[in-house]
Amino acid sequence: MKHVMETKEVAGQNPNYLLAKVQNLVDWAVNSSRANSLWPMPFGTACCAIEFMATAASRFDFARFGMERQAYSPRQADVLICAGRLPFKLAPVIRRIYDQMPQPKWVISMGACASTGGIFDNYAMVQGIDTIVPVDVYVPGCPPRPEGLLYGILLLHKKIKGESLFDQVRRRDEQPLDERGLRLPPETIDEISEPFGNSVHQFRSA
Amino acid sequence: MNPSVDALRATFGSAIGRALESCGDTIVYVRRDALLQVLAWLRDTPDQRYDYLVDITAVEYRDRERPLEVVYSVRSLERRVDLRVKVELDAEADLVVDSVVPLWRGADWLERETFDMFGISFRGHPDLRRILMWETYAEGYPLRKDFPLRGRFSRAEQVRQALAANPEAHYSMEELSIAEAYGELSPEMKERLRRGERGKLAGSE
Repeated sequence: MKHVMETKEVAGQNPNYLLAKVQNLVDWAVNSSRANSLWPMPFGTACCAIEFMATAASRFDFARFGMERQAYSPRQADVLICAGRLPFKLAPVIRRIYDQMPQPKWVISMGACASTGGIFDNYAMVQGIDTIVPVDVYVPGCPPRPEGLLYGILLLHKKIKGESLFDQVRRRDEQPLDERGLRLPPETIDEISEPFGNSVHQFRSA
Repeated sequence: MNPSVDALRATFGSAIGRALESCGDTIVYVRRDALLQVLAWLRDTPDQRYDYLVDITAVEYRDRERPLEVVYSVRSLERRVDLRVKVELDAEADLVVDSVVPLWRGADWLERETFDMFGISFRGHPDLRRILMWETYAEGYPLRKDFPLRGRFSRAEQVRQALAANPEAHYSMEELSIAEAYGELSPEMKERLRRGERGKLAGSE
């Protein structure tokens, strides 16, 4: 204890200050490495995937942001980019891909349909992939331009740099399905799947 | 009007219903029990030769009085002539029609799609399952007029059922197996398979 007191005197600060400094240094190192070498797992289902390809190609080139290697296997991927609308038939597929990705992992929902269901407010389409997998960044647009996706990727970098290994709240933990086989409570899914915009004028029953 | 209609009337008589022309295409209505003979006749008769099945689909009209229609679009590739054959089905009675897979193998998935979307059964189809929706889909037939746009279940229930589905169960072993193709192999290849001989790349020892 005496030693700690001396430390405090030497540093002129609370002893926790040093620990926090070390933690911050570790977090900075870890988060910078993670943020600057994201390996994307493209899950392209529709026209957004075309813009995704443009983002990956030479004109926009997201390799500039450390996404040099696209992982076509979920086992070697960090960020799942869902580009396009997701039908219910693909819901177990994207969930399995997400489960197969090792921690830490992030999800970008690219485009209006992946984020909300978009114009497809019908029986076949998932109303936002956040009912299936947790989403970190939503990129709006129909489809988003490559600049939009790049901006989303930069936002994700920012988010990753705010995470912490030592903080329960800011740490990333696995988010498995609950015992009902759902990610969110049923009321929440119903609520976020509610129609909006033009489709509120359509009725649920024929 | 396509002259095939008159030939059909001369051959099948009362099994052929009304015929009309729409946007340059001839539509002919056929009685349900005569469908298979009519299509076989159209395919095989030398001066008809409708050898190509373009599409099978169905129509349900908003007017509930009108029957459902199953639509067969056939084309003669040699003569460059199209014909549309329709069968009317009473929605109150059983929605069953003969499968045309014995005539055209390509009708297999077309009939599965029509079954999936409209619930019309095709008698004699080798493998009548859903094709667009997953096989455990329980909400009904999406293109029917009594089907609500957003489905019958709540969104949460739809998500739950979708996540519970096994994506690998959509393929039967039959589809994945090449054993069925064995009969179509050449005798030489069968003999090599029987001997257990492995393929060799050119230039390798």
